[in-house]
Amino acid sequence: MAEGSSALRVDVVSPERILFSGEARQVITRTLQGGEIAFLPGHAAFLGALTENHTRIYLVDGSIQHIAVHLGFVEVGPDHVSILSDSAELAQDIDVKRAKDAMTKAQEQLRTEVTTEAESALRRANARLAASGNTGSAASH
Amino acid sequence: MAGGQERILRGRIRSVQATKKITRAMELIAASRIVKAQQRVVAAVPYSNLITEVVRDLSAGGAGSNKPFLSGRPEVKTVCYIAVAADRGLCGGYNTGVLRATESQIKLDAAAGRNHLVVPIGRKAEGYFKFRGYKMSKAFNGFTDNPPYAIAKEIGEYVVELFISGQVDRVELVYTRFVSSGNQEVVQRPLVPLGAEVVEGGDGKNTAGANYEFEPDPDLILDTLLPRYVEARVYASLLNAAASEHAFRQRAMKSATDNAEEIINNLSRIMNRARQDSITTEIMEIVGGAEALSSDKN
Repeated sequence: MAEGSSALRVDVVSPERILFSGEARQVITRTLQGGEIAFLPGHAAFLGALTENHTRIYLVDGSIQHIAVHLGFVEVGPDHVSILSDSAELAQDIDVKRAKDAMTKAQEQLRTEVTTEAESALRRANARLAASGNTGSAASH
Repeated sequence: MAGGQERILRGRIRSVQATKKITRAMELIAASRIVKAQQRVVAAVPYSNLITEVVRDLSAGGAGSNKPFLSGRPEVKTVCYIAVAADRGLCGGYNTGVLRATESQIKLDAAAGRNHLVVPIGRKAEGYFKFRGYKMSKAFNGFTDNPPYAIAKEIGEYVVELFISGQVDRVELVYTRFVSSGNQEVVQRPLVPLGAEVVEGGDGKNTAGANYEFEPDPDLILDTLLPRYVEARVYASLLNAAASEHAFRQRAMKSATDNAEEIINNLSRIMNRARQDSITTEIMEIVGGAEALSSDKN
């Protein structure tokens, strides 16, 4: 099925603007509860809710666009992938220092008390760091 | 006597000129903001189109068909109106348009035995409904000329909460739609529940929604998606309202500037005549005096 159409049209849109738009060979993202999921051209129609994650878009020119997506939805057809998110950040826009600070703060908070806000703050920071290429060292435990 | 009148007129002309400068400045500011506001309206379209499509696909896939959020409640006791007006005046009939439309709807509801609850957006809306004693909830103020998404989110969450908790059974949005910079209209749109006409009200394209794969299951997606959908709708209406507000203000300030110009013209004409009169009388007096003197000598 894949050989019929060799590229996916990828749009990442937030309410305020189109964040990213381009042609890609593969898109990897992570759904709520599910796990990482990859879309190739010719994928069956798919609809998913996303968790805070590091989304990778493998562009046709061989480069990879990293995006930190903080919750949202993905809508997939055979020739397109649309990611809808309230807040998503391209790798080049991420403030690494701020994300690191946010992560340490969230971790400290989690040590004393486990709140859903702190947990999602930690996941957001992780997604940011992963997308910007600074894998959070204390992230995976 | 005549000289005094001239001085008064000069003072009035000066004051009208000062006012004209202010209205001209406001006109120019509004004109420059229309463009920016319009761009924001356009920029929000892709997201809102996509999310509408997704909601449609989901409900076509049979998700949540028995949820009150989608199908509504059998009996509507209380209707909630989100009235989007401005924080400031000086924008012609912009505020009155929205407020009157809302008020007449509330009166229709009252006649049909339904209660109302107003969510005023903008200080003018809050003042209007408070003064007239309508039932009001929390007011949202201070952003109408440049609404951020975070506020739309807050409003969305708030009305969804009102609906879920059963305080209201329907939510309507009243705002001014920005058609073009020369044309805006007050519209009323149902927001919650997202009845069939809301969800299918798009381009009428019938996608084969039943073939979708879902992850996690459709109902769960729908639960997280619907609040986002409401927020996107609120955001779109706030942006439309902001663009309309600037367009109305530009027009109002333009006619104010034109009026000021006309007043200045009239006043200076009167002033010139008064000056001419006083000069004429002065000459007459001098001539009369000289005549009297010369006739004395003879």
